[in-house]
Amino acid sequence: MTAYRLASGGLIDRSNTIGFTFDGANLSGHAGDTLASALLANDRLLVGRSFKYHRPRGIVTAGSAEPNALVTIGTGARRDPNTKATVAELYDGLAATSQNRWPSLAFDIGAVNDRLSRFLSAGFYYKTFMWPAAFWEKVYEPLIRRAAGLGRTDLPRDPDGYEKSWAHCDLLVVGSGPAGLAAALVAARSGLRVILVEQDFALGGALLSETTKLDGEAPYIFSRHAIDELHGHPGVTLLPRTTVFGWYDDNVFGAVERVQKHSATIDAARPVERLWRIVAKHAILATGAEERPLVFGGNDRPGVMMASAASTYANRFGVAAGRSVAIFTNGSSGYRTAADLSARGVEIAALIDSRTDASDRAPDGVRVVRGGGIVDTKGRQRVRAVIADRGGFEEMIACDAVAMSGGWSPVIHLACQRGGRPVWSQALQAFLAPEVGDGLVMAGAAAGHYRLSECLDDGARKASAIVEALGRPVAGFERPVVGEEVDPSFTALWHVPGARSKAFVDFQNDVHGKDLGLALREGFGHVEHAKRYTTSGMATDQGKLGNVNAIGILAAMRGVSPAEVGTTTFRPFYTPVSFGALAGSSRDEHAMPVRRSPLHGWAARHGAVFIDAGLWYRSSWFPKAGEKTWRESVDREVRTVREHAGLCDVSTLGKIEVFGPDAAEFLNRLYCNPVLKLPVGKARYGLMLREDGMVYDDGTVSRLGETHFLVTTTTAMAAGVLSHMEFAAQALWPELRVRFLSVSDQWAQMSIAGPKARTILQAVVEDDLSNAAFPFLAAREVRLKGSLKARLFRISFSGELAYELAVPAGYGEAVADALMRAGEPQGLCAYGVEALNVLRIEKGHVTHAELDGRVTPDDAGLGRMMGTSKPDFIGKRLSTRFGLTAADRAQLVGLKALEADKDMRAGAHLLKDGAKPSTVNDQGWVSSVCFSPTLGTHIALAFLKSGRERYGEKIIVWDRLRGVETVAEVCDPVFVDPENRRLMA
Amino acid sequence: MASLISCPHCGVRPKEEFSIRGDATPVRPAPMASDEAWNDYVHVRANPRGRIREHWQHVAGCRRWLVVERDNFTHEVFSVTDAAAARGGAR
Amino acid sequence: MRYSALSIFKQALAGNLGWKPAWREPQPKPHYDVIIVGGGGHGLATAYYLAREFGIRNVAVVEKGYLGSGNVGRNTTIVRSNYMLPGNEPFYEFSLKLWEGLERELNYNVMLSQRGIISLYHNDGQRDHYVRRGNAMMMEGVAAEQLDRETLKKMLPFLNFDHARFPIIGGLLQRRAGTARHDAVAWGFARGADRLGVDLIQNCEVTGIRREDGIVTGVETTKGFIGCNRLALAAAGNTSRVGEMAGLKLPIESHVLQAFVTEGLKPCIDHVITYGAGHFYISQSDKGGLVFGAEIDGYSSYAQRGNLATAEHVMEEGVTMIPGLSRVRVLRAWGGVMDMSMDGSPIIDRTPIDNLYLNCGWCYGGFKATPASGFCFAHLIAKGESHHVARALRLDRFERGFPIDEAGAGTQPNLH
Repeated sequence: MTAYRLASGGLIDRSNTIGFTFDGANLSGHAGDTLASALLANDRLLVGRSFKYHRPRGIVTAGSAEPNALVTIGTGARRDPNTKATVAELYDGLAATSQNRWPSLAFDIGAVNDRLSRFLSAGFYYKTFMWPAAFWEKVYEPLIRRAAGLGRTDLPRDPDGYEKSWAHCDLLVVGSGPAGLAAALVAARSGLRVILVEQDFALGGALLSETTKLDGEAPYIFSRHAIDELHGHPGVTLLPRTTVFGWYDDNVFGAVERVQKHSATIDAARPVERLWRIVAKHAILATGAEERPLVFGGNDRPGVMMASAASTYANRFGVAAGRSVAIFTNGSSGYRTAADLSARGVEIAALIDSRTDASDRAPDGVRVVRGGGIVDTKGRQRVRAVIADRGGFEEMIACDAVAMSGGWSPVIHLACQRGGRPVWSQALQAFLAPEVGDGLVMAGAAAGHYRLSECLDDGARKASAIVEALGRPVAGFERPVVGEEVDPSFTALWHVPGARSKAFVDFQNDVHGKDLGLALREGFGHVEHAKRYTTSGMATDQGKLGNVNAIGILAAMRGVSPAEVGTTTFRPFYTPVSFGALAGSSRDEHAMPVRRSPLHGWAARHGAVFIDAGLWYRSSWFPKAGEKTWRESVDREVRTVREHAGLCDVSTLGKIEVFGPDAAEFLNRLYCNPVLKLPVGKARYGLMLREDGMVYDDGTVSRLGETHFLVTTTTAMAAGVLSHMEFAAQALWPELRVRFLSVSDQWAQMSIAGPKARTILQAVVEDDLSNAAFPFLAAREVRLKGSLKARLFRISFSGELAYELAVPAGYGEAVADALMRAGEPQGLCAYGVEALNVLRIEKGHVTHAELDGRVTPDDAGLGRMMGTSKPDFIGKRLSTRFGLTAADRAQLVGLKALEADKDMRAGAHLLKDGAKPSTVNDQGWVSSVCFSPTLGTHIALAFLKSGRERYGEKIIVWDRLRGVETVAEVCDPVFVDPENRRLMA
Repeated sequence: MASLISCPHCGVRPKEEFSIRGDATPVRPAPMASDEAWNDYVHVRANPRGRIREHWQHVAGCRRWLVVERDNFTHEVFSVTDAAAARGGAR
Repeated sequence: MRYSALSIFKQALAGNLGWKPAWREPQPKPHYDVIIVGGGGHGLATAYYLAREFGIRNVAVVEKGYLGSGNVGRNTTIVRSNYMLPGNEPFYEFSLKLWEGLERELNYNVMLSQRGIISLYHNDGQRDHYVRRGNAMMMEGVAAEQLDRETLKKMLPFLNFDHARFPIIGGLLQRRAGTARHDAVAWGFARGADRLGVDLIQNCEVTGIRREDGIVTGVETTKGFIGCNRLALAAAGNTSRVGEMAGLKLPIESHVLQAFVTEGLKPCIDHVITYGAGHFYISQSDKGGLVFGAEIDGYSSYAQRGNLATAEHVMEEGVTMIPGLSRVRVLRAWGGVMDMSMDGSPIIDRTPIDNLYLNCGWCYGGFKATPASGFCFAHLIAKGESHHVARALRLDRFERGFPIDEAGAGTQPNLH
């Protein structure tokens, strides 16, 4: 048995001893312990160091509001920094290390800050470190950064998995204490679908540490019966180790379940944490109440803890907070703790009650100091005495722990996350949750009902009302007989007068009473200003303990009620949630889905190098044996297409079928160029604008029948264009009879381009493909040899004689193989999007490199396409704005490199020869660049101010970012076959 | 609203199944309407705090465009209707 | 009183009891030369520069809540000037230059930390875009650097180089970019303006704008009518509501943007880093919290809170970019109401109403603009004409066809 472990009692399994380490020391505890209770049992009171002054700190609470006892749990890549020892379930092999100290927890150099603290008052850093200017980043900031922060991480890759789950219920009960259990029992018995969530690893809440008898037995017995019963109801889900962290619109709650955070060995098949999104018709917050610290001199000394925590450690964990405990209280809770500790044989050094008129009765033999207060504590790494003051008479009382009770605050956090402000209750001297509507109600201590009997009644009552609201008969709940109970009344005491040393309000961030006074003095008295200026309430506990005292102190100093001071804003997360839990399995390669073309396998068999294109993998080039660089492959592919023929996978283009009697009229309004009179069996280039007159997307429009069109989009915009079309059809012109079907995934589509394209294609197509029978821009269904129906379009991006052949996706590879075989004698090669890019640049065709959302059709040299005589099309009207028609707009031009040894790269800007670089002198920018094997030089597409008037001008291609400046000649963007002879061949 | 949307065709669905376009109040002017009317339609928004109508599309569901009438401060939803129906379309 | 190491030393010896209020708490006078609506960063900076640069000191800032209660206290504190378009880049560079002198200018440490911003890119198209942007910066004389994958691996070894769905191929670095302590910016400008005689009137909500013969003559407030010769609106987030009081309809939609902070950690991320395959961005505050955010929630909202689906998406982007964030715990989420304009860029301009001036449309980029926004707005109010770096930020640019669309996303505010 260890130093502070009581001889008996508690809900721990004394037969099951668990080994763990703290800062390398081998220690042991029992199943059912938290890390904090085990550390206390081992006389390890010093657990951490505070944020600013690096003061030694111990364990303050027995729950999730803990500000001090933060440790790093785990080793290697499984280290979890800033874990609260007070909620960490002890497991065999748990390895914990202390934080924010160097070189050791007991001797921390950073503690020098404490000696200098008078110079480090609230906001001191706003007033200094300004000289000399460069010193901030170089000297001061690194020092501050190193001193600040708590836990350490090297950001290693997390070996563990996470998952997400939805849940739906009639009633969500948050908290499994007396109110929560009573509510869950009533709802379950009434047949509701109930989810009961508890942040602790054990269900039962306060019943696990409460000593008031229920039906003559320890209250945890009642909780066990209740939980057993709940387990038997089919509609009930119990979620221990789960924290509801947020309340969102539509009564959706976010919760995180710690599935495997209590084990040294992780089952890789299961997540370590699971995120729940719980959709609840109703919710009851039975989240209890938080005990308030008292703000007295030296109240942060290790050994000073909440009175309720001292009771919990004794009653639930069988651990004494000390051998001789001084109790400081402003209400009856301190007496309760005195009784709990006395009953377990712990000596009470004194019970100091700030009230003079209290009638509470202390256990026999306990000395009570009424009307007194602690003004200081003694000891360094563990309290060894307190200085109590009563009416100016000071007395030193030896002790090795202090239990403090400053009253109670209902835990209302979740109820205030959606804009409702807490309401001050003068009677309870506490903030209560606002009325937030039917979906969420508070019950038990969270509603300000502190007595055990009230909690049980209130939980049952609130659940009954919900059952009724859902139109179900209410099942009965017979409240167990409650033994003698204490009404935890108190007299608010925000600040204990006469503090002889720092009296902390926010423990972790080292904000003490004088800091708040300074803030007020300097004009930062608004609660938000005080928080932001002093950092009170901004630590990892988000002020769960300290905020109410800060408000009370500000109120007292300003001479107003806490109601007038108000609270800072409650926001998610109730307690911190890991990135991993919130991200779930969407990470790494699985961050986004992968789309593969139906020709992916074909391309892979031909050795394609693939490249990301949005979600798609596209074949980029097809290296052949002996080719050392991608350029060699691409140059060969381009030359092969220009001289023989090539086959390119273009399946990723968006394909949308448009049907209906008004399909032509609809498309005529959608595209800026005319579509209405497009003949059946023909295709046309189509340009879509946004309503602001800028180019949105381009593609082809093919009329397959009088009332049937097929439009293509760029790969990137496929989804956007479909939505855009649906919006136009449903929200703009619902009177038009038109329907769409996205068939992007249904067709494998390949481009066969080059002078030999017709010969090759004719080998697999039954239909006559002669120029007369299938001219440029023909588009219709054809039959392949072997009778497969396909769609053939005589369109060209490369500028060559070219076709796009679409076959049902499942036939894609077979048809591509057949074409490759048929094309082999003709020199057909597979080519990828890199070669396609070169081919289209040579031909002056634009892609999204040019159409970047700021370009008009005229900018792109496509102004003549605009059907200005059409009565209406999207983008027509705003195209005529002054700025969109200005003569000095940047226009698409070609650039020919004049210096062969210098690179021209996309993203370069353009400058007049001899002009000084400046934003004003900036003439434009380069959108696409390639080496043209056809021309034997680098060429580019660029946007140049008034560019079409400047053909022949020599211009500086200015790429200072890469350190390259070169000269190019401005020219027409069509470098190859401007007469379209190849296209029409 | 920000968690769930009740699609008139598909029922209650999570927010992330939807995409949002913006204010549904402006009506596309006639082709020959004034410059001001067109500028207002494309660029100007009343943007009140309170009750608004907004275009959402159920992209991961029925793909219908919807008009969501809601309070943009409390996030309470008053109605979700099909946009075509809202325009008097027969669909 | 002047702030210095010496004043801290002296005051400390006196128990820190001698510090004076950072600003007065005046009652409004009946009339001012200029009233600024909005005591956030931009409004306070405008007041400061009006008094300091343009000699107009009979100025009031009226604020419905507390000073700095808007987006200046609810952002991710990033300061940068890595813009691409000529309407923006000179303005943001002017702002960054003002930032660089702000601490001495204001005698207030706003903790400008020029730790550098690295914008990652993941494919050739993005690379070309960032090169275009980098060169646009260098045209304006702003240093930018292109980082290749190997350099990034050395600088930021914790990035996802091995298992990324969208591999990192490089990044654009602006070394002079960084972060600043957001609240301190508001407080520094407030203190500076106050010392120059500006009245900062808190808890004073404007309820109406009074016009006589079409000319603005003052504002109705919860503290009564206050007259003025010129009225300047700097109420981003609520621009439309205040503008409506003067009958203005504006190219603005209000949207909510969430931001997040983790528990405090020892230094682990030394730059501002942005993700190219999403919108995620992250930096570490001097206190140790990782401050981050990503896209807006996407719907019109005046509620300063976000939804869980977006928050989850932000975390997905985070662990995808930096796998080691997985076990780091997120402490707090908050939401700011953004003035989303129709092209993603702000407006500093006169309005069709005489004597009424407008500063709005900051989208989610207003923090970095704070000094220049104040300077240029003050210039406009004092001189009646735009400062040369803010000439493009006109209200009529939409109808005239001169949008400043950095994202190329058009007139749908939630896409910017």
